[in-house]
Amino acid sequence: MSPFTIVREAARSLGANKLRTGLTMLGMVIGVAAVVLMLAVGTGAQNQVNRAVSSMGSNLLVILSGSTSAGTLRFGSGNAPTLTTGDAEAIARLPDVQAVAPTFPGGGQVAYGVNNWATQVLGVTPEYTSVRDWPVDAGDAISETDVRSATRVALLGATVVEKLFDTEDPVGKTIRIRGQPFQVLGVLKKKGQSLDGRDQDDSILVPITTAQAKLFGNRFPGTVRFIFVQAVSQEATAAAENDITLLLRQRHRIQPDAEDDFTVRNLTQVAEAASATARILSLMLGAIGSISLLVGGIGIMNIMLVSVTERTREIGIRMAIGARQRDVLMQFLLEALMICIVGGLIGIAIGVAGALVIGKAMQIEVAFSAWVMLVAFAVSAATGIFFGFWPARRAASLRPVEALRHE
Amino acid sequence: MAGRFIEVEDLGKQYEAAAPGTPPALQSVSLAIDAGEFVAVMGPSGSGKSTFMNLVGLLDAPTSGAYRLDGRNVAGLSPDEAAHLRNLVFGFVFQGFNLLKRITAAENVALPMVYAGLPGAERRRRALELLDKVGLAPYADSMPNRLSGGQQQRVAIARALANRPRLILADEPTGNLDTRTSREIMDLFAALNRETGVTILLVTHEQDIAQYAKRLIRFKDGRVVHDGAVVHEEALA
Repeated sequence: MSPFTIVREAARSLGANKLRTGLTMLGMVIGVAAVVLMLAVGTGAQNQVNRAVSSMGSNLLVILSGSTSAGTLRFGSGNAPTLTTGDAEAIARLPDVQAVAPTFPGGGQVAYGVNNWATQVLGVTPEYTSVRDWPVDAGDAISETDVRSATRVALLGATVVEKLFDTEDPVGKTIRIRGQPFQVLGVLKKKGQSLDGRDQDDSILVPITTAQAKLFGNRFPGTVRFIFVQAVSQEATAAAENDITLLLRQRHRIQPDAEDDFTVRNLTQVAEAASATARILSLMLGAIGSISLLVGGIGIMNIMLVSVTERTREIGIRMAIGARQRDVLMQFLLEALMICIVGGLIGIAIGVAGALVIGKAMQIEVAFSAWVMLVAFAVSAATGIFFGFWPARRAASLRPVEALRHE
Repeated sequence: MAGRFIEVEDLGKQYEAAAPGTPPALQSVSLAIDAGEFVAVMGPSGSGKSTFMNLVGLLDAPTSGAYRLDGRNVAGLSPDEAAHLRNLVFGFVFQGFNLLKRITAAENVALPMVYAGLPGAERRRRALELLDKVGLAPYADSMPNRLSGGQQQRVAIARALANRPRLILADEPTGNLDTRTSREIMDLFAALNRETGVTILLVTHEQDIAQYAKRLIRFKDGRVVHDGAVVHEEALA
């Protein structure tokens, strides 16, 4: 038989029994679709977390000033005017520290033309953009000179640009922050959501001195609300945390038995915890998908075994009229192969479509990997082909008279 | 020296699954069949007539003896060589028709040609020609289960003729058919034998079916007990 004829015969045989073909294919479709879908959701979640983690900046610590109280009212961390730019400069000289970024946050209404928007305004030093891994996309960064002379310049986050400027290029334009004119130095690269789901692009950066002296006023000149510290490496974060605590206690003249008037938080731990959670989620979804694949494989196995056994008589008839063992084997192998290829492709299509629908409906990210599809496909195909081929081989090795006698 | 068309010598078959002590299904059968003969094989069930048929048709292998086809020993052929002969030299007609249920009559008839490697258009053309010959041209694209028993057996005969065989092996071909249909089928066999000279080996247990043949071989307990010309009923009367 020519290869073409064999393929045609196999296709005809599959088409002749649509129910059997459909049921066999179903196992394949479910197994592959489940794995593709589960892992798409799992990987998507993991990607989302990883991006939020890396958008934080790497090897990061944050120092918050201490709590404060007025009478019997106690305010939370970050309210006492205990941290200063001097502290930041001293920390920057510690051996484990790569860079520091003292920050003075506030909020305010910003306006350009007829548009206005309430947003977060952060007073920062030039190091901020590198420590937070938040590069300037267009225009210039805040310079040392801007900080020294407290100039009214601003870097805009992507969301602010979107709210204030329709299609115009914001660089060089003058906006108003709390009524004061600021020249737009540049635009920051889009950063996305933070781990807690805040839109990080909804902010404006201005020189820290400008924020302290001109925008928000400051009863305690030179104080900052928090300091971002970047350690030289992931391993150095713990040592840096320790050194900073000792240094600040010394600088703030805190008695040995007194509490710290500041808090140091190691953000890498937060990031690690978040990544680990995402990884476990992804693994769990993968495990569920794998079980589906296994169940699908058993389904394929059963229907293949039954259908080939049921067709022993057909094999006998074919052999009686001249089919060689090879012809019978090729036919069954091809039938199994076709079922697996078509079923696998449908499974991938359904898995991808399902993941996209879920992603859209639940507003979560989904990510596809060719590798996952390939493995799911290969496992199901191997099951189908083996259990389609092996009983056919057994039947083809019978003497025709035995196969014919089979009911 | 070219041998006779079919020649068996001391042919024996002992089934492996048979209980120990049971006599062989077939023992030391020696006979010859020439091209163009129409032979009826009769005998009670268990007499070995079907076993003999399966051995001659290379559907099964003998446990002893020799089987020569055109003087060539075919008793020890490989499965694929046997398949080749079944495909081109033999045509089978079974009691239960043995058509593939899910393909059309014409596709059933074309199946032996598929394994003979004939191109598709040629297969279709010849299948239609054969169906016409057995009187089923209008049913070429019908599924077998839409046809009556007699029609299905005609499709099976057309299939048996697909590769212009030299021997048709018919195992109880009228066993599932009523008397009138049986006659039509037997008339068809007789006509084929007369017109094309194809050799026919017919297994039956009905006397009046055997009447269509020219030679009668009787089996009993795995042995040939009679071999001679068919005595026609008219002659007896």
